[in-house]
Amino acid sequence: MSFFCNSYPIVDKKALGEGIYSYTLKCPEVAENANIGQFVQIKAEGYMLRRPISICSVDKGNGTMRLVFEVRGKGTDKISELNKGDLMDVIAPLGNGFTVPAKKDGRVIVVGGGIGTPPLLDIAKLYGDKCTAILGFRSFDKIILDKDYAKTGANVIVCTDDGSTGVHGTVAQPLADELAKGDVAAVYACGPTPMLKAVVAAAKQAGVYSEVSLEQRMGCGVGACVVCACTVIRDGEEKVVRVCKDGPVFSGEEVVL
Amino acid sequence: MSFKPDISVDVCGKHFKNPVIAASGAYGFGEDYTDLYPLSDLGGISCKGTTLNKKDGNIPPRIAETPSGILNSVGLQNPGVDKFINYYLPRLRKQDTVVIANIAGAVIDDYIAVAEKLDATDVDMIELNISCPNVKQGGATWGVTCEGAASVTRAVRKATKKPVIVKLTPNVTNITEIAKAVEAEGADSVSLINTLLGMRIDIRTRRPILHNNVGGLSGPAVFPVAVRMVWQVANAVKIPVIGMGGIATAEDAIEMMMAGASAVQMGTAIFNDPYAPIKVCEGMEKFLAEQKIEKISDIVGTVKPW
Repeated sequence: MSFFCNSYPIVDKKALGEGIYSYTLKCPEVAENANIGQFVQIKAEGYMLRRPISICSVDKGNGTMRLVFEVRGKGTDKISELNKGDLMDVIAPLGNGFTVPAKKDGRVIVVGGGIGTPPLLDIAKLYGDKCTAILGFRSFDKIILDKDYAKTGANVIVCTDDGSTGVHGTVAQPLADELAKGDVAAVYACGPTPMLKAVVAAAKQAGVYSEVSLEQRMGCGVGACVVCACTVIRDGEEKVVRVCKDGPVFSGEEVVL
Repeated sequence: MSFKPDISVDVCGKHFKNPVIAASGAYGFGEDYTDLYPLSDLGGISCKGTTLNKKDGNIPPRIAETPSGILNSVGLQNPGVDKFINYYLPRLRKQDTVVIANIAGAVIDDYIAVAEKLDATDVDMIELNISCPNVKQGGATWGVTCEGAASVTRAVRKATKKPVIVKLTPNVTNITEIAKAVEAEGADSVSLINTLLGMRIDIRTRRPILHNNVGGLSGPAVFPVAVRMVWQVANAVKIPVIGMGGIATAEDAIEMMMAGASAVQMGTAIFNDPYAPIKVCEGMEKFLAEQKIEKISDIVGTVKPW
């Protein structure tokens, strides 16, 4: 595992929705070394702290990496001013990704909530029709990447809180239904903490291995400053670990949400 | 260029190949940036603040962006001195750089116990953290009075023959008095400034951004305060001063040394640009060459006040 700190050319930029952007960088060295579920630290000109953003997808053949993020504040707003042809300064790839393929044979379920949907896309690519992607959004106008997921061949279930499209409600019911069908090797999730809690609980109940990707305010992003703490239970003992270097992906068995 | 400028410095009998030291808390135990460049590129490393027993630190969020700076409230999360000695120190020793242990405690006996353990190791120097703003017990409570600072320094001085650097807090009325107090108790050096106590509030939730409510401010925002305090302290004590607080560029580091710092520490800037310490060294060499100055140590304290 190794990371780089460099400026890479932006070869594509798209707005996916209000305040949600997709950037593709030409960064062969990063693409070569990246694993599914890792993240990058993007420099926002004029700000001290880099912004941690999950890697959405990597094309090792083309040497490109796709990043999808939502403008949450001034830092991400500044980053979103970058255009095709500009350079993006990133430290990447960082952290530990998902354990894929899963250790067991079988199909997998990915559960993404809102801006938590991007980092799971390459799992769907890897598994194709052996993947069910359950994607939850607040309403129809907040839906992102549903077509990208469909292109992977995965079975896509879109849920909206207000019922404006797809399943009315959270990801909980479709997840329970999918788990009940059996033959699930693993569940992978990224999204708001209440969703992650529900996913981990449902997987546990079904006796299925799960992994979740966490979000936390970070300093360095490489493990040095121990700012981004979270708690895991290992060998029956509570342990405070770093989201950036020990995560951002943790097994549902050990993480305290 | 007829000569290669010498940016090495000697502080408390230790030779630093360059005057840039990674500041405690910003660089862990030196293992996290080695994908980018070796630790030996730095003059030294002041390791993460280490206590007698392991500490889990504060509840997150522990960091917030501020204009030209950051607020942090990590709360001295560390694996404890035994793990430092048995695991990290042997690995650090293999790198060609000056290794400084930064120690903290809740009560004086903690400082003594940690210092005694370190005295038996081959660590180069001990930096005494009496200025952490993020712990309820100990930390900066020692550093805000002359009596408190003097008593910890006295105790640690008795516990070790290693060079002792006392790291000072800026959250005091007169930092020169504290510096003089620790010098009188046998401190070999003082380093300053630790972070300035600050606070940010999310106006929508009306919650402080840091779960600890308050935290330490660092980064370029504090730089002028740091330069002023280093200048004042350097004029008040005879022991060497290590300057830190918002240094991001070679110009900043040179300014800090002209104010009176014999060496500098960098922290927050590294989060933004991991290569910042390397760039500072390159910039120093360039400055010396331009100015036809042979040694970086020749600029220490050379500010000409009006």
